[in-house]
Amino acid sequence: MFERKRKLDEFDAEIEAHLQLEFERQRELGLSEEEARAAARRAFGNVMQTKERFYESGRWLWWDHFWQDVQYGVRMLRKSPGFAVIAILTLAIGIGANTALFSVVNGVLLNPLPYAEPDRLVALYTHAYQFDKASISYPNFLDWSRQNHSFSSLAAFRGETFTMTGIGEPERLEANMVSATFFPLLGVNPIIGRSFEEKEDQLGAARVALISEGLWKHKFGAAPDIVGKSIRLDSNLYTITGVIPATFHYQNDNYRSKAEVYIPLGQWSNPLFRDRRTGMGMDAVGRLKPGVTLAQAKSDMSGVANHLAEVYPDIDKGQGVTLVPLKQNLVGDIQPFLLMLLAAVGFVLLIACVNVANLLLARSTGRTREFAIRNALGASNGRVVRQLLTECVLLALIGGTLGTLLAGWGTKAALKLLPEALPRSNEIHLDARVLLFTLGASVLAGILFGLVPAFKSARSDIQGTLREGGRGLTGARHRTQSAFVAMEMALAVVLLVAAGLMIRSLTKIWRVDPGFDPNNVVYFSFGTAQALGTTPDAIRQSYRQIHDAIAAVPGVESVSLSGGSTPMQSDSELPFWLEGEPKPTSQAEMKMSLFFAIQPDYIKVMNIPLKRGRFLTRSDAAGSPLVTVIDERFAKLFFSDQDPIGKHINFGILDQSAEIVGIVGHQNEWGLDSDSTNAIQAQCYFSIEQLPDSLLSAFDRGASGMVRTSYAQTDVAASLSRGVQTVSSDSVVYDLESMYGIISDSLATKRFAMALLGVFAVLAIVLSSIGIYGVISYIVGQRTHEIGIRMALGAERSTVVTMVLRQAGQMAVFGVVAGLLAAALLGRLMVSMLFGVSFYDALTFSTVAAILLAVALAACWIPAHRASRVDPMVALRYE
Amino acid sequence: MPTQKDKEKLELLQGTLDLLILRTLIFGPHHGQGIARAIQETSDEELLVEHGALYPALQRLEVRGWISAKWGTSSNNRKARFYTLTAAGHRQLGKETTKWRRLEKAISRILGSEPVEG
Repeated sequence: MFERKRKLDEFDAEIEAHLQLEFERQRELGLSEEEARAAARRAFGNVMQTKERFYESGRWLWWDHFWQDVQYGVRMLRKSPGFAVIAILTLAIGIGANTALFSVVNGVLLNPLPYAEPDRLVALYTHAYQFDKASISYPNFLDWSRQNHSFSSLAAFRGETFTMTGIGEPERLEANMVSATFFPLLGVNPIIGRSFEEKEDQLGAARVALISEGLWKHKFGAAPDIVGKSIRLDSNLYTITGVIPATFHYQNDNYRSKAEVYIPLGQWSNPLFRDRRTGMGMDAVGRLKPGVTLAQAKSDMSGVANHLAEVYPDIDKGQGVTLVPLKQNLVGDIQPFLLMLLAAVGFVLLIACVNVANLLLARSTGRTREFAIRNALGASNGRVVRQLLTECVLLALIGGTLGTLLAGWGTKAALKLLPEALPRSNEIHLDARVLLFTLGASVLAGILFGLVPAFKSARSDIQGTLREGGRGLTGARHRTQSAFVAMEMALAVVLLVAAGLMIRSLTKIWRVDPGFDPNNVVYFSFGTAQALGTTPDAIRQSYRQIHDAIAAVPGVESVSLSGGSTPMQSDSELPFWLEGEPKPTSQAEMKMSLFFAIQPDYIKVMNIPLKRGRFLTRSDAAGSPLVTVIDERFAKLFFSDQDPIGKHINFGILDQSAEIVGIVGHQNEWGLDSDSTNAIQAQCYFSIEQLPDSLLSAFDRGASGMVRTSYAQTDVAASLSRGVQTVSSDSVVYDLESMYGIISDSLATKRFAMALLGVFAVLAIVLSSIGIYGVISYIVGQRTHEIGIRMALGAERSTVVTMVLRQAGQMAVFGVVAGLLAAALLGRLMVSMLFGVSFYDALTFSTVAAILLAVALAACWIPAHRASRVDPMVALRYE
Repeated sequence: MPTQKDKEKLELLQGTLDLLILRTLIFGPHHGQGIARAIQETSDEELLVEHGALYPALQRLEVRGWISAKWGTSSNNRKARFYTLTAAGHRQLGKETTKWRRLEKAISRILGSEPVEG
């Protein structure tokens, strides 16, 4: 602005100087002052025109008009604050919701993973039995590392928990056991010290640990000389070699590490870990060599797997390797879900735009005269359109700014609603790309909702408008407005159907019988620093003691410590073959069953129905014959018409066969919505005390448990701690969660979708009912004169009400029908989110239609009623 | 706003006026009025330059970098904006002059009459 003023002023000065010089020259030639001045002007020609030409050539014109438009726009908005506030709020909600969701999409789907060259990272799993992503046995992993030609490095890791002692109260720490290659592979460097060396990643090497920055700050006061100090985990001392930055976090598929300490994987001496038959929850990540494609790596790894199958046919036959790009592995499942929500929230913005467009249309009727006058004074149509669009973009930008604030808050709120189900949620924030998206969305929205009203206004017929006192085009406007309202209703219908389908799905899911009684059941884990016993029998004894101590706590009805599978929480499988069958040559040919290691009271805690025979008892102890209880599905799948009781099952890993003594009901293991579709259905129960020594070693420092209390209480932690402490003073009880909470968490994604779609649908209803209310009120206002005449001629009040409602009803019906059609077309996009209900569910569709029609008619009731109260005398004097 | 007729007139003048301005500035810096006078006088008042038309041309030449401008004081102690030929302007003048001469010759040949003094 300043620059332009200076230049224009300067040009004026130059011309002034020119005229003065010419004037002086003419004076020298002997002309009188007056004649000289006239001669100078004559020689110069048209001064104004010269100035104008300079002005127009200076490229200032565009900016100047724009600035004028902005100033004018601000003035117009200030003159009608009601309109401005409603329009801005509507847009703020629309743009804010979009920004919030886009920032989620951006953080989760668009941004690269926070590791060095993340595109070359691949997640690896064993492909075995019915599982694509089974964990890897350590011996197999070592062979993969040695034999592959595709990866510059492979790293394995598994989660573990330790009891840390020596610094205040004993504390449960999440830990990761990682290969020495893990941190270098991801490109993560410790902020202090060094990561593990190859020689530390071996059996028998000195105990070393890396700690997280958080642990370093909270427990070691951020001591700079931390390297070389030690940390006591499960009563063993580990020398700290370094500190891992707080920015590092590792997520893979549904596994999210909250590790505070890392120790070398290769040091783990658990015999099961060294057994090629067991995976022990270990996964791997690899970095592709430069130039190696995923397809090449896949064929290379299948070669490696085939080779292993030849060498170890009894174990590795039929097994393969699953390779998935790390990012796809992490966010692949959530992608369609997020994109569906993004589409839904886009609809909300569309509705907001249509609503504001309608407001503008209604308002521009009042401004028709203004535009006609401006036209008459020489403003081109383009100029008028531009001015209106500037106003709209201005509105949208203000709305967008406000929306960004809303989004910042809304994103936080949304992330709270979705605690664990969303991968990479800690990477979500408003960044430059999100802000750019908001800016783009705002400008686009402004142009979108401004275009139709702008062109309608600009096309008006000047003379006609001026003559008619600004009421020229009302008929055509009604049609556009009605079309807009119908469009809004249609969009609202689509959102409402989506929300309705989610609600129906969740209701159905909640009605699924979990097979156990989750009421008053709390799941917990416990860990001890010292082993629970020095011999397997001592460990068995400890389990019995802990059980009895907890069971004695007042309020505790029954308790069972457990290992292996926990419904909807964790799964553990055992391969087996039936009595009388030849032993399969490889594990891959064996049958699979979910494996529960529990105590006899488990059946009381979970309240599972006993169908046949008996459940496990205390006498099923170490010395007595190995027995097992199976579930109905096990019986049906593998014994169909025979009686399973008394039959034997061979479990390879148990080295002996177990007799079936009872049959219980099926527990829902894989989640209410997906249990029946999972490949592994059979379930079998063993007493912890009867586990062979090799398996029991996995439980020597703690396990999980379930406790049923006589009343709903969340504060069982203290009682449980006391119970565990009867056996070990250095013990921690952690991860308490009600069984209800666990079920509910398993549905988090669906609940989140339902909540968001519900919010969007409500917004859509509110916005579109405001829309239809506004339009009908406006039309009634315009027709006051006509209604007055009708009433003067004897029309009944009810007739007037019906007349108005009929007009509203037409719009609504049209919109609802269009919306139902659109919903039927778009519905298949959300099939994967639905449960027990088709995407064209008749009940949902008809309910939505009814709700929307009712809301529309209710919104029109006030203006219709107002119309019927029109006093003919007043109406006829209305002009 | 300029009418259609205006535009035609401008186009007709454009090439020549630019050339004349550049040629005038070869003798040293001049202000707008000085340039107008110089053109008129050098052409023995044959060419009537409307002074106002000079300024869009001056602006154009300045934007193209053929002349530069600076405020200074005229011989009779008046503040005025002085235009100076730049190196690029010199080159341009050479090119324009050659072009003009060729055009002149070509047109004379077609017209077949004795060359008209320019």
